[in-house]
Amino acid sequence: MNTDVIYIEICAAILGIFIVVVEAVAGAYTGANAIRSVPGSSNDLNDSVLRRALGPVVFFGLCVLFIISSAVHPEFIEYAFGKSYIMDGLAIFSKQFFIITAIFITALLLYYNGVMRIVSLENYAFVVFALIGMMFAASANHFIIMFVSLELVTVSFYLLTSFRKRQRQVLEASIKYLIYSAVASAFLIYGIALTYGATGTMSFAGLSEFIKSNPGVIGDKLLNAGLAMILVGLGFKVAIAPFQFWVPDVYQGAPSPAVAFLATGSKAVGLILIIRLISTAAGQLAVGWREVFIAIAAITILYGNLCAIPQRNVKRLIGYSSISHAGYLFMGIAAFDKSGITAILYYLFIYMLALVAFFGVLMIISKDTDNREISLFAGLSRRSPFLAFAATISLASLAGIPPCAGFMGKFLLIKSVLAQTTVSVSYYYLIGIAIAGVAISIYYYFNIIKEIYWSDAPVDAPEISIPVFMKAVILVAVLGVIYYGVQPSFILNFATTGAQNIAINP
Amino acid sequence: MVNWIFLIPLATAVALLFLPRKWGTVAWFASFAATLASMILSVIVFYNFDPSAPNIQFETNREWISSLGIRFHTGVDGINVGLIFMGAIVSFTAACLSWDIKNREKEFAILLLLMSGGILGAFSSFDMFFFYIFHELALIPTFIMIGVWGNGENKNYATFQITIYLTIGALITLAGIILLYLKAGANTFDMVELAKYLEKKPLGNDTQALIYGLIVIGFGILVSLWPFYSWAPTGYAAAPTPAAMMHAGVIKKFGLLGLLRIGIPLLSTGAIQWSHIIAILCLGNILYCGWVAMQQKNLNLLLGYSSVAHMGFAFLGIASLSILGITGTVVIMVAHGLLAALVFGLSGWYLRQTGTLDMDKMGGLLKKLPFMGTVLLIAMFAGCGLPGFANFVGELLVFLGAWKEFSFYVVIGCWGALVIGAIYMLNAARKILHGNVPPEFSRLRDAPSFWRKIPYSILVAALLFFGVFPYTLINRIEPSVKTILKSVEVKDLNAKQGVKLPKPVKK
Repeated sequence: MNTDVIYIEICAAILGIFIVVVEAVAGAYTGANAIRSVPGSSNDLNDSVLRRALGPVVFFGLCVLFIISSAVHPEFIEYAFGKSYIMDGLAIFSKQFFIITAIFITALLLYYNGVMRIVSLENYAFVVFALIGMMFAASANHFIIMFVSLELVTVSFYLLTSFRKRQRQVLEASIKYLIYSAVASAFLIYGIALTYGATGTMSFAGLSEFIKSNPGVIGDKLLNAGLAMILVGLGFKVAIAPFQFWVPDVYQGAPSPAVAFLATGSKAVGLILIIRLISTAAGQLAVGWREVFIAIAAITILYGNLCAIPQRNVKRLIGYSSISHAGYLFMGIAAFDKSGITAILYYLFIYMLALVAFFGVLMIISKDTDNREISLFAGLSRRSPFLAFAATISLASLAGIPPCAGFMGKFLLIKSVLAQTTVSVSYYYLIGIAIAGVAISIYYYFNIIKEIYWSDAPVDAPEISIPVFMKAVILVAVLGVIYYGVQPSFILNFATTGAQNIAINP
Repeated sequence: MVNWIFLIPLATAVALLFLPRKWGTVAWFASFAATLASMILSVIVFYNFDPSAPNIQFETNREWISSLGIRFHTGVDGINVGLIFMGAIVSFTAACLSWDIKNREKEFAILLLLMSGGILGAFSSFDMFFFYIFHELALIPTFIMIGVWGNGENKNYATFQITIYLTIGALITLAGIILLYLKAGANTFDMVELAKYLEKKPLGNDTQALIYGLIVIGFGILVSLWPFYSWAPTGYAAAPTPAAMMHAGVIKKFGLLGLLRIGIPLLSTGAIQWSHIIAILCLGNILYCGWVAMQQKNLNLLLGYSSVAHMGFAFLGIASLSILGITGTVVIMVAHGLLAALVFGLSGWYLRQTGTLDMDKMGGLLKKLPFMGTVLLIAMFAGCGLPGFANFVGELLVFLGAWKEFSFYVVIGCWGALVIGAIYMLNAARKILHGNVPPEFSRLRDAPSFWRKIPYSILVAALLFFGVFPYTLINRIEPSVKTILKSVEVKDLNAKQGVKLPKPVKK
């Protein structure tokens, strides 16, 4: 086993096990029931220094992990587990992206656990285990690794969506997520089985070889059905239409940090695996599905944006808007070109920053209540100019308004799609729909901005207190959104390196 | 130096973020000082501009995003030097008049500075990417300003209408720009580089027509080309005075500048193919919107429709593709910017004084308001194209330039300009300024002090200056218009001599 290639995952695993052990020891030491999450028992919260320090330790642990991960050089492609694990530019970009996401999510969780008085602190461990799954998935070069790592992600998310299990809404959300995920996994494994039946290989490289040496197999029904089912399983993670139906309910009910992680990390995993599949494994075959991919992207954009219009619950709205973002991201896949992959990677990073900033603001203003209505934002510009500014910038970035970085992301995606119009005229329709989608999305994002600036705050609105730590987190995310919008070269070059080894249409 | 013209307002806007919100007067003063500084700089640039040198002056050109070929390329040539001058003057007067905004002064000052810096940056840019970005930066504050400080019961509707309409326009433009970048294949967004490259390897005729069509529709929406104008009157009627001045006066000119900078020099065949369609559409502006303006009872709506109607002349100049016509378009852009700022500044003042803009309820105000009434009358005269004002010069040049190609349209356009414009403008002047004073206006007072008269005086003075000494502007504009028309003329000549257009280059 080539351990020096997978040392990032090993370090993360050590961190995860450490959390579980500390949580167990602390639970036993204080005699507190570790599975309990009773609001109002603040005495329990302060009972152990060990527990109070756990969150910050995880946060710094992940930061150290990020520093470790940046020692990897993306120039060389390395393999482990007999070529079923690949370490290339795409994998490194994705891993670092996932680690940064996990750092931000841990920060949000730190605030959430404090303000919601969550007693059982294993949720840090769920984040770390999901991170491990994501990092393995980013390097998957074999269907088994892909499936196992995706399951690790999914199982961690079962727990992450349900750690406030006394709440009816949370329970509903997590049960829905559990059932739909299980169905998606079933599709995935069935698709893998069919693909194996058609080709006799499970490795991506082997599949590619097989298709290359037997060009007749491209029209094979069994293989096509298998890959389509795999696409269903992954599409569920990305929340592309028509596999998006779980999103609104789950996003509305699940705890905010979990939703932020679902919308960024989980979506990214699916996309990166689809990129792997259409590039290294089934390139020639997937190209034949061009029109289907274009249609999926277009329907997803329209569905997400149109359904977001009437929403009054912010998390549900973000759920629908995340569907539309899945559609925009899928445009990059439908372009079947390196520039599309670069655009996806850039867009994912910026989307994550904007969402983290927005969820940070949302959690601070909703405090320990479960109120998530848009009216929560009423008069925010007078109650807290800083939060109003952060929310405005993050929403403007989500809507794709320059100079926020979200604009640059949409710019790159549209550019990558427009470059392909010589191949198929359908791309023009896709651009038209994307433009319509952006215009619609401005309507509902501006509804929140309108609430922030030109509604008056309710008289009984509670005082807003922003912990310094959260202020720093939100500020970093917002400044990132602005800076990388004005001068995107750094992330862009990194994303370009990430996409350089990807050969679509081999 | 050109960079400072837009960087000073932008930097001030960022600095104001950290100002305590109680210090509203300080925020106003900062916006006043920043726009004053940028106005002084623009005057210096305008004065020092050398009309005989054909290239870009006060140029900055440095790498920005190298992988996409985006450069930070700014400077002035004959086309934008007048526009920057006009934009800086209007920004300054808008900042002066924002003194009357008495709630959330700090936010207002920030947004106004963003608008001013953004649009001046767009005017100075020679890179398509920055050109677009700067414009969006100026556009977004308009929406927020209408929503927060706007007036009238239609405010929310107007906000969403203008936001969505203009966003769609901007995005269509963006699609056109990206398509141009990709089809050219030169990996550069720099307009100058692109022009050089496309001179050697022009795009195919169909491609040019497609891209030109996209940017005509996109920019057309931004400039309220008929039939994409419906956002403008309601939007301006609902906007707070400084926002209406900035948008109708300055930001709207971005679309015309885009056609002159991107459309004609880079897509000359497309421009030739589309010129007839533009000429027909601009009659919609001149006649239809002029006719609608005649029906208006509300002064703000009348001004909104008349500003839409005036854009028809600018488009006619662009459609003519002649040196005179396009020079006239640029003169109209400058003149109309000053005029629109003046009339919306005035209507804001009248609304605050009289509490109504319904022209049937007003009357005899010239007696009560000698200064403001006279200024309104001057603005009305300028609006119907009276000689002595810059608008007359521009319209005359456009008509002369378009005569050869579109004589029929010119006749109708002249008729529209002279008769329709005169009818609604003079009718409004009669209703507002003459007749009996309604009893509720008997206690009105004129602009109280010298300081309050300054912004209006500056705008009137600039209008008169360019009307009496038009060559200061035309001398600067003409050489640059010749450069952008070079590619069109070559093709024109070839077509007349029976030479086929260059074969489309297959990408």
